[in-house]
Amino acid sequence: MTVDSFKFLPRLIATFYQMMDREPVHPIPWSPLPCDLEECAFGLITSAGLFQQRHSPPFDLERERQEPTWGDPSYREIPVNIPQDQVGVSHLHLNPQDMLLDINIQLPIRRFQELQQEGRIGRLAKTAYSFMGYQGFPPDTTQWESTFGPQVAQALKADGVDCVLLTPA
Amino acid sequence: MPYWAERIGVPRALAVEFPFGHTLGQPQNVFQQMRVIREALDVLKSARSPGKIVHSREKWPTSQAEAIQAWQPEKPSPIIEHLAPRFREMLRSRRKKTS
Repeated sequence: MTVDSFKFLPRLIATFYQMMDREPVHPIPWSPLPCDLEECAFGLITSAGLFQQRHSPPFDLERERQEPTWGDPSYREIPVNIPQDQVGVSHLHLNPQDMLLDINIQLPIRRFQELQQEGRIGRLAKTAYSFMGYQGFPPDTTQWESTFGPQVAQALKADGVDCVLLTPA
Repeated sequence: MPYWAERIGVPRALAVEFPFGHTLGQPQNVFQQMRVIREALDVLKSARSPGKIVHSREKWPTSQAEAIQAWQPEKPSPIIEHLAPRFREMLRSRRKKTS
């Protein structure tokens, strides 16, 4: 089966993506798997605009409404023991309803805890991270690359993480 | 979506044909979510070179029209509203070229 990237996109949004066409970065970064999965520590990162209600602020959607070509480049820490009723979603490009019912469709914290319990993976890091994927038009990932990406990478390294599952929204 | 994985150049990816905001599946569908994750772990384990994209066998269980409707926000995002006239013009000129 070949996945059709545009299957679930209305024509206007498909056009939007085609306007942002770009060439891949070369060389593509590569780190070999450092250990057997059963021994690896996993981190989770999504771009779904998740935050922990009452503990961290939502992403800055007000500025995006005022300035549609801008997207909030910051990130939020999500403790992997977050109760579902504390999950917040701030993302103007998605319907948040299903993520508010079950965080695991974008940030699979419970599934990875289950994989840890069954011994399929070594462990899940205690903190997961969420960015908000819309980074303006044309997209500007400068702050992800210079500031926020390295901060999250450093935090994951400090927690002994070997592998990260990235789940774009 | 593999479209972006190819253009950005990711080390390894599992391409999943699911609607936006549902990368691992439907809410409370634990078995579906776990099947996708296990496929992703297989990619992690088996990929030997950068840029490897494996296409998942999973199929979205609702109709295409229903899924397109369901994942979108109630109100179009600010940038889509902002650019819509430009998009419509592009689509019109494409149609003219192909007719």
